[in-house]
Amino acid sequence: MAAEKMSLSKAINASLRTALENDPKVLIMGEDVGKLGGVFRVTDGLQKDFGEDRVIDTPLAESGIVGTAIGLALRGYRPVVEIQFDGFVFPAYDQIVTQLAKMHARSLGKVKMPVVIRIPYGGGIGAVEHHSESPEALFAHVAGLKVISPSNASDAYWMLQQAIGSDDPVIYFEPKRRYHDKSEVDTSAIPAPLHAARVARPGTDLTLAAYGPMVKVCLDVAAAAAEEGKSVEVVDLRSMSPIDFDTLQGSVERTGRLVVVHEAPVFLGTGSEIAARITERCFYHLEAPVLRVGGFHAPYPPSRLEDEYLPGLDRVLDAVDRALAY
Amino acid sequence: MTVESTAARKPRRSGAKRTSAGNAKKQAAGQTDLVQLLTPEGERVEHPEYSIDPTPDELRGLYRDMVLTRRFDAEATTLQRQGELGLWASLLGQEAAQIGSGRALQTSDYVFPTYREHGVAWCRGVDPTNLLGMFRGVNHGGWDPNSNNFHLYTIVIGSQTLHATGYAMGVAKDGADSAVIAYFGDGASSQGDVAESFTFSAVYNAPVVFFCQNNQWAISEPTERQTRVPLYQRAQGFGFPGVRVDGNDVLACLAVTRAALERARTGQGPMLIEAFTYRMGAHTTSDDPTRYRSAEERELWETKDPILRLRTHLTKQGLADEEFFAGLERESDALAKRVRDAVRAMPDPDDLAMFEHTYADGHALVDEERAQFAAYQASFVTAEEGI
Repeated sequence: MAAEKMSLSKAINASLRTALENDPKVLIMGEDVGKLGGVFRVTDGLQKDFGEDRVIDTPLAESGIVGTAIGLALRGYRPVVEIQFDGFVFPAYDQIVTQLAKMHARSLGKVKMPVVIRIPYGGGIGAVEHHSESPEALFAHVAGLKVISPSNASDAYWMLQQAIGSDDPVIYFEPKRRYHDKSEVDTSAIPAPLHAARVARPGTDLTLAAYGPMVKVCLDVAAAAAEEGKSVEVVDLRSMSPIDFDTLQGSVERTGRLVVVHEAPVFLGTGSEIAARITERCFYHLEAPVLRVGGFHAPYPPSRLEDEYLPGLDRVLDAVDRALAY
Repeated sequence: MTVESTAARKPRRSGAKRTSAGNAKKQAAGQTDLVQLLTPEGERVEHPEYSIDPTPDELRGLYRDMVLTRRFDAEATTLQRQGELGLWASLLGQEAAQIGSGRALQTSDYVFPTYREHGVAWCRGVDPTNLLGMFRGVNHGGWDPNSNNFHLYTIVIGSQTLHATGYAMGVAKDGADSAVIAYFGDGASSQGDVAESFTFSAVYNAPVVFFCQNNQWAISEPTERQTRVPLYQRAQGFGFPGVRVDGNDVLACLAVTRAALERARTGQGPMLIEAFTYRMGAHTTSDDPTRYRSAEERELWETKDPILRLRTHLTKQGLADEEFFAGLERESDALAKRVRDAVRAMPDPDDLAMFEHTYADGHALVDEERAQFAAYQASFVTAEEGI
């Protein structure tokens, strides 16, 4: 298959289809993933083509979904689990943290846990409570898990392929408000390594680091800043565990300034870790403290307020200006 | 604490496949039934659904398993008291439930234990010394689960019932002629994961047997704090049969588990077995049961001792003589010594072992931290060599 323009959600669908075709041990599991094709239609048509034994509609029990996926993995299967929304993952959090993450270490490497957990996450779609959260730091903090998030259709396709191929459990956060954004996907390309960051736009004055839904915001910020004569580099981290600090360090050594942007609350978030590590690594290169832009230490607000809560163009530009003012 | 009567039982009309319907009638009548094949006095009794005809060799084998398991357990408790183990979870009193169910398993069946299934591990051929690593603190589970189809001990209560269910779903997908058994306790029956595993196993018709050892106490919480109905009756609400078995009767545990596993293997779905038994000792060596239960209660259960009743039966039937018992005593001593020596010889893990196996495919942060820690450790060696 050659390069093709497709939406991020279609890219995930194509990726799942490819995985199901390539390996009979791959299973799709989750609530409503079958006939409905998922509440976002990401699994559309898969059950029709691969049957109920491969694309499994589950009871409405998240711990049960992840717990049985662990058992299936122990039996040699490669389950790809869908959690319907970010806020619904917590009933399964125990299974993910105490079991899935630790099984390989506990068994001294005797058992593998090739389980992917897909979580549509983040805000900006006018949803009700528990449908807009960004809990990635809670998973990245847990040794044994890998945590990734694509920002575009090509990464969505390839990173999911790589996650399914991994023998480690991978939490795959899907930026749900980017589901309909289209971009080029070359399904015959050789993809970048799963946990490598990508310079999405080169610049010289300041680095913006982001992932998932915030990459587009940061690219818009860089475009706006360019109009004011500021050259902003955008790094798409792609992976929150592990984080590709080498690429980020290279960028910050070039620009001397870093602003980290994510939707999740700033306090003890991914940005905190990045700020600390980059300060350790690049202390003598930094012209300004590493700044963070993100959500507040408050529950995700009702949707009429989410535009204030989510980092938008203006809040990120403000941070860019503050960093450049040092 | 109500102690169930184990005496009079009415024969059932239903066959194995109609157990659920049979239970429903008994529930309606407010009765609780207990499958028993060997009374506390060592007398064989028959049960219409669960008959068994073990050979003298098999009977002696079951007795040997229980004696050796109890001795191993006692040795581990002693080793904890001597500071060789950080903790021990004793199975004292539950030998029949574990040996009976464990000996019902076929080689290809798969076991998901809690952290107390030392007798089941014995039946699976796991070397008992391997069970002690996690209690000594040198690993989190010292055996390859796939070597003996015996999964690692699971400490979070009830988690493994879902793993068992998922594994059983895989067994069904593979079309394999084997079953899965999940062990858990009366306390775990309160956990959501156990309820979810019941749901999943029922709707997918998974070949899994849920073996609940109701040992009456979840640390200090009695079964009455977990449920207001007999545990085996839970199964009915999920759409599969549940049965209560005398958990101190090794023959009944063997017969019922064998039937449940066969039922699972032949595509008839899950089944819940409640082994009604008693934890004679503490929950773990950190626990003090004298604070929450009476000496009389334990004394009452001592009269139902699983090992004593089979010994009585063997003796009465002339199936074992003093030489057999003396030989077994010597074998127990040898096992205890082997365990003691193995624990004392168990090396501490290498300093860098904590980084190993965190990930299968590697992780940049782990690599970085391991290198830093190794350099830090090496700095001491260099300093010492310098002196």
